[in-house]
Amino acid sequence: MDKNLRGADMVVRSLIAEQADLIFGYPGGAIMPVYDALYDYHDQIKHVLTRHEQGAIHAAQGYARVSGKVGVCLATSGPGATNLITGLADALIDSTPLVCITGQVAAHLLGSDAFQETDMVGISMPGTKWNIQVRRVEDIAPAIAKGFYIARSGRPGPVLIDITKNAQVDFGTFRYEPCLGFRSYKTHHPVDPISVHQAATLIDKAERPYLLFGQGVILGQAEAALKQFLDKSGIPAASTLLGSGALPQDHSNFVGKLGMHGNYAPNLLTNQCDVLIAVGMRFDDRVTGDLSRYAKQAKVIHLELDPSEINKNVKATVAIQGDCKESLTLLTEAISPKIHDTWMANFRSLEKQEKEAVVNLDLTPTKPGLTMGEVIHHINKYKADDAVLVTDVGQHQMIAWRYFNYKKPRTQITSGGLGTMGFALPAALGAQLHDYSRQVICVVGDGGIQMTIQELGTIKQTKAPVKIVLLNNNYLGMVRQWQQMFFDKRYSFTELDNPDFVKLSEAYGIKAQKVSERADLKEAIEDMLIYDGPFFLEVVVEKEDNVFPMIATGSSVEEVRLR
Amino acid sequence: MKRYTIFVITENFIGILNRITIIFTRRGINIDALTASESRVPGVHRITIEVTVNEETVIQLVNQIEKVIDVIKAFYHEDTGVVYQELALYKLPVSRLDGGLEKIIRDHHAKIIAAEPDFVVLELTGHKEKTRELLEILKGYGILEFARSGRVAVAKRMLTIDSFVN
Ligand SMILES: Cc1ncc(C[n+]2csc(CCOP(=O)(O)OP(=O)(O)O)c2C)c(N)n1
Ligand SMILES: [Mg+2]
Repeated sequence: MDKNLRGADMVVRSLIAEQADLIFGYPGGAIMPVYDALYDYHDQIKHVLTRHEQGAIHAAQGYARVSGKVGVCLATSGPGATNLITGLADALIDSTPLVCITGQVAAHLLGSDAFQETDMVGISMPGTKWNIQVRRVEDIAPAIAKGFYIARSGRPGPVLIDITKNAQVDFGTFRYEPCLGFRSYKTHHPVDPISVHQAATLIDKAERPYLLFGQGVILGQAEAALKQFLDKSGIPAASTLLGSGALPQDHSNFVGKLGMHGNYAPNLLTNQCDVLIAVGMRFDDRVTGDLSRYAKQAKVIHLELDPSEINKNVKATVAIQGDCKESLTLLTEAISPKIHDTWMANFRSLEKQEKEAVVNLDLTPTKPGLTMGEVIHHINKYKADDAVLVTDVGQHQMIAWRYFNYKKPRTQITSGGLGTMGFALPAALGAQLHDYSRQVICVVGDGGIQMTIQELGTIKQTKAPVKIVLLNNNYLGMVRQWQQMFFDKRYSFTELDNPDFVKLSEAYGIKAQKVSERADLKEAIEDMLIYDGPFFLEVVVEKEDNVFPMIATGSSVEEVRLR
Repeated sequence: MKRYTIFVITENFIGILNRITIIFTRRGINIDALTASESRVPGVHRITIEVTVNEETVIQLVNQIEKVIDVIKAFYHEDTGVVYQELALYKLPVSRLDGGLEKIIRDHHAKIIAAEPDFVVLELTGHKEKTRELLEILKGYGILEFARSGRVAVAKRMLTIDSFVN
């Protein structure tokens, strides 16, 4: 207990008590006392100054996603705080634990349109799991304790704590008591044994059972439980975008990836299975396509922590609410061991079709222009097993995800639910700063990188050895693809006249290289991956390549197209 | 579509009402009426929301409301599952009064709660149909103002607030 501690010091001491050893932020008037306090605690908590608050929050997201810890960021009131909004919305929809602390004008000025006053609690309400304004010094520690608890427990999400300047400069008694729960918020739902039994009966009777897994498996640390279930049940399994990495891709039950640009078999066969087991996933429309024609023939078993996700998009025949590690373990005990060879063979034969029609052309092209796929193909050859792939949003995101060989959990960091361009560069920085020795590969498009390119400055300053791979097609490629397919090739405002990215990186003191010829690609990737420090590799790729397979908006999963 | 009453038991937390109403706004759903008050447990509030939607939607709404961190419990009922009451006030100009008003007041079990030199105020408690019926009649008296409260309701189910709060 500390008598007479300044509010700003309480903020920092509370963060330290929550084991936040690395935070991201940007100073300004209303948060200056906290920055002043950080000066005294720099040996216990490291702060990284980004170049924009959006960079700070995406970096905190990258840090959180790779580590499983709560990401922390700081911003000043008004414009500093509003710059966090995209990151909050992103973290909410992708269930990323964050605590964001914003400065606010002094309590007596609230509501007066004071300089840099914004109603941050109001603005951030739909984009946070919880938020609070703290106006008195004695409320600082309890708010931060509650904030961390809420951010990391249950289905994780972002929390915003808005602290008025008077609370930061006032003095009071400090005693940090971690939050251990409160009555309106239940995080543990015991798994109902009856529904486990019902699910096991369905699974045992099934002839063509099929399992889909999402990020819930990673958030619930249920990777081993998933593997055991699959080993015993013999059921084919496919991952969502954010679920990738929960199961090593070389596992014999793994049949591929789901969704608009996922694999052919996993999408198509969704409408042929008789029992569909969904684990820690929320039937996003990018996964289901037209809901009215999604898995109508199947009995659906949904293992999900968040009760509001159950029966939201797809009605469950049996819902097992609760922690999926627990429910998967119970389910594994309850089922009989099986193999599903003939059913599995269906997946493998469609996989072969996809390989011939799409994959080979992407990975080992014969036409002159470089493909995004072959870049990832080479990365796979040289990357470490636990390399983290951070992607932005667009064609490169889908291609990188399709072809990257995921072997470990928490190696896939991308903006899934929100699809935030500009996410990758700062998120990669945050992931890298969590562990300098980890290989972090940032695959980004020429459009998206320019949304947060200022973070090259932070990479320079922190010397974070991020490997940036820019797949440059001189287009907002994904939008261009839609224009080609659905808008008569009317390329309305999608072509980019880009800067010299190599010079730009070099201006930031980051080693850079540009590759436009196939002959140079392999070596460039090898060189990049062994380089000790940040590296910027620009690969000039075919301008008008498209991503396939594809389920067009409004189509059914069984209408997945190979071209 | 049907009329549902949603009950929400919450902590007394600043902004909680906002967090709940944006759940409706986001889905383009109109709230027919809303009342909020302290419950009989100090520090615990109850919010009663009336909404006309289909059952699937009301389930989604309740799930989303329950997800709000400071909400202790949310549930819904059809009209048949609740005992509810609404209060209406009618302000009438004195200049238009005639001998007929007394009968109207008696027939509807309304009462006069204020009489001023220029106007009188009638009060009627009852379901919407009943208060609306009186409104129609009083239009003939040049009604100046009409106000109706949201629904105040209790569930018929024998569950008490203590089972959620403790
Ligand atoms: C902030 C934001 N604005 C707009 C979009 C819509 N959008 C999705 S993909 C895309 C094109 C991305 O272009 P680029 O970064 O070059 O990647 P590519 O598709 O070419 O690989 C756009 C504009 C978005 N997802 N995010
Ligand atoms: Mg591009």
